[in-house]
Amino acid sequence: MSKDRVSYTLDSTLDTVNSAEETAGRMAAEAGFDDEDVMKISMAVREAAVNAVLHGNAYDPNKKVTLDFERTAQDLVITIRDQGKGLDASKIPDPLAPENLMKTSGRGIFLIRSFMDEVEIHPSQTGTELRMIKHVRGNATDSKEAFQ
Amino acid sequence: MSMKSSTRQVDGVTIIDLSGRITLGEGSVVLRDTVRDLLSKGNKKILLNLGDVNYIDSSGIGELVSAYTTARNQGGELKLLNLTKKVHDLLQITKLYTVFDVKDDEAAAVKAFTK
Repeated sequence: MSKDRVSYTLDSTLDTVNSAEETAGRMAAEAGFDDEDVMKISMAVREAAVNAVLHGNAYDPNKKVTLDFERTAQDLVITIRDQGKGLDASKIPDPLAPENLMKTSGRGIFLIRSFMDEVEIHPSQTGTELRMIKHVRGNATDSKEAFQ
Repeated sequence: MSMKSSTRQVDGVTIIDLSGRITLGEGSVVLRDTVRDLLSKGNKKILLNLGDVNYIDSSGIGELVSAYTTARNQGGELKLLNLTKKVHDLLQITKLYTVFDVKDDEAAAVKAFTK
């Protein structure tokens, strides 16, 4: 892959969630990932977009979601930012804990971490930045496979 | 593709055939409304056929959990049928596979409901 970067600014709507997922799938396929990884990457981006639109910006029409894709020789780096209050990841309950297993929400960040090789969440007073990386197969030294 | 849903009756069990995507928005709402409508009409034995569901997100997973608990809370039973690999894998990593009663044969699934 050659170094390449694309950035999108999107409204806080459900359409943004769908278009973010589609764009991620296209970018991942163009970057040479196989079908399974394309699915994982597009789903991780969908979950991140859901968090940004619903929980971050709360559908506020005055707030935007930005989505960046950066392709390097080693990685596909995806960054999604919202303009919400800032997500405190330490307060997200473990969805695999017995007391949370039957909850109807709270699995988004868990799925993102399961599907991507590296995930960083940077909350601030002006919003949350979620940065996720998928290594190009063969270059990963610490990749974890969600589906085994 | 959005989700489509149709229902049929087999030996006292209501089978909901779903196809498409169960995701935040339309897909999740269709599933929720269908299950609640059936329960309100006294259809307490529900088999969700997911054989043609090719995609599900965390909202869709939450909706499956909600359907399961709603049915149980109303004295009903809800089972899952014909999981695709994607849905199967998602239920595995979220540790929900053993929570749901998952079947891969329709006739056996229908017989498995409490008489």
